[in-house]
Amino acid sequence: MFRWIVLRDLTLAWRRRADVLSTLFFFVIVVSLFPLGIGPETQLLRSIAPGVVWVAALLASMLSLSRVFANDYQDGTLEQMLVSPQPLYLVVMGKVLAQWLVSEVPLVLIAPLIGVQFDLAPKTLLILFVSLLIGTPVLSLIGSIGAALTLGLRGGGVLIALLILPLYIPVLIFGAGAVEASIMGTSPQANVYILGALLAVSLVFAPWATSAALRISLE
Amino acid sequence: MLEVRNLECVRGDRRLFRDLTFSLTPGTFLQLTGPNGSGKTSLLRIICGLMAPEKGEIRWQGANIRSLGEEYSTAFTYLGHRNAVKEELTALENLRISTGLSGFDLSRDQALAALGQVGLARRENLPARLLSEGQRRRSALARLITCNTTLWILDEVLASLDSAAVGLVKSLIEGHLSKGGMAIVATHQELKLSAGSFQRLALAS
Amino acid sequence: MNWYKYASPAAFYPLAGKMVPWFAIPAAILFALGLYIGFFVAPTDFQQGDAYRIMFIHVPAAWMGMFLYVLMAFYAGIGWAFNARLSSMMASSLAITGALFTLLSLVTGSLWGKPTWGTWWVWDARMTSTLILLFLYVGFISLQAAIDDPRRADRAGAVLAIVGVINVPIIYFSVQWWNTLHQGATIRILNKPTVAPPMLAAMLILLAACWLYSVAVVLIRLRCIILEREQNAVWLAEGAA
Repeated sequence: MFRWIVLRDLTLAWRRRADVLSTLFFFVIVVSLFPLGIGPETQLLRSIAPGVVWVAALLASMLSLSRVFANDYQDGTLEQMLVSPQPLYLVVMGKVLAQWLVSEVPLVLIAPLIGVQFDLAPKTLLILFVSLLIGTPVLSLIGSIGAALTLGLRGGGVLIALLILPLYIPVLIFGAGAVEASIMGTSPQANVYILGALLAVSLVFAPWATSAALRISLE
Repeated sequence: MLEVRNLECVRGDRRLFRDLTFSLTPGTFLQLTGPNGSGKTSLLRIICGLMAPEKGEIRWQGANIRSLGEEYSTAFTYLGHRNAVKEELTALENLRISTGLSGFDLSRDQALAALGQVGLARRENLPARLLSEGQRRRSALARLITCNTTLWILDEVLASLDSAAVGLVKSLIEGHLSKGGMAIVATHQELKLSAGSFQRLALAS
Repeated sequence: MNWYKYASPAAFYPLAGKMVPWFAIPAAILFALGLYIGFFVAPTDFQQGDAYRIMFIHVPAAWMGMFLYVLMAFYAGIGWAFNARLSSMMASSLAITGALFTLLSLVTGSLWGKPTWGTWWVWDARMTSTLILLFLYVGFISLQAAIDDPRRADRAGAVLAIVGVINVPIIYFSVQWWNTLHQGATIRILNKPTVAPPMLAAMLILLAACWLYSVAVVLIRLRCIILEREQNAVWLAEGAA
């Protein structure tokens, strides 16, 4: 059943390809704006790169998350999911996994290319890739709570930012921290491990909170 | 058997109904009427377990639905205001996915047969966004055929259906009742069923 | 005495009204006393001069900001788990006071930073965490404000508050980590091994005053929320008649 949900969402995303691409381009454009705003000095760009890429990833993830339940909510599918015999926990996990595969993985894949714009060393690019690979699922998991809470509310898009961005801060700190450690020539290991721990905690906790939030929002 | 006991529903600061008690035995059709805002949809959503009542309980085969879980959710099919039909998917995909979600296996041939029965033959592979509102409604109705459930909970199911489709719904419900099924339908249209026993529940505003 | 009786808004409303002066008056007295000791009794700090006196407000405000968030999450959780309306209303009432204390601690921290460090804002661990705490409060308040149905607002707020409270230690830890990594300025308002007894006394008295003030204000706001939510309830109409 879990596979069904994931496959369904992937099919839907495939038929709405433009949405997926727009998130990706949003990420690319935001990151590219910084050198324009700050100036092309390589040394400076290199030192702000971790923060810039990670903040852009946070924003892009939020953008795509505001849609994760909205369509199913509007056409009544979400209601059917709630009354179905499938555990809501699994439904949520399936939808979040699909969202991550569709919206975050392309971003993770393109990030090293973006890093080249900021003159990062190959080893640092690898760390950037790894940290995003571990960190973005945490963003999807935590963000799904906000998406579920703001379903059907006016100004939902801005509201979700208010709710979720503060909760993203630890991921930002350790994600960008890992990349920065690598730039400084120290070991990013600790940061990466903590990101892994955050992923484990949010895997256990977030789908539960999201399920509760969905039940509340649909009542 | 479905029992509704002393149900009270409050939305915002309005009490929609209180001390609502009724029961539904196999082969019974319950028509739910009442003006807009009288709580028809709320009652149906409470029966589905989507909403918690302020007071009272719903019992299915003698047990509270809160304690039943999966056993209850495989026993009923709910069609709400919204069709739960994804515009990007074809009628066939929609039916197979929604039936699967309800916990029933459905082969491609069974799905095609059900779609044929609701009058969507040769439109199975069209994306739902190309179907008319009534056709989308029909493709949602196909779930009643493919999901083998005892209790049907239908909210305003006749809206935007033509007379042929109303006849289709009527014959589906008649077949369902004669097999010992139950149906709760919120509608103002008289269905004049030729099978099963008939009850009416009118909610006051 | 049956305490459960007071879990209903109708029974609690008059009780809250009677309780307010019992907290408000001692709060006023302690504020006066604490400020007197703080400004006239406590000695001038030989390093920071008189600027340090802002800590008498800053420290209690920071503590209240944190404490009220946890308390708010607790009440919201109870309200959600046991379907206790009054408890949820308490959470909404606490949120505003908590947010104001957090804001106050940021403002006073900034005012203290200017004469001491020559800058209005320093990204030190505590200021940053407090800022994030303020964001969490803002999230809670704006979520509740965006939802029209009070029942949904209560429950959605509860989920958010609980998620927030689980996150607070993680956020504090990560900000701490971030701060040491960047060798940021770790400012301590109380950086001496020994604090003069009048200083400690003033701070504790003001902490008690802030606490009493919070109780009084939260009860007053709670009464307003009860009136607003229960405007169509029978007990209010009977009381007015």
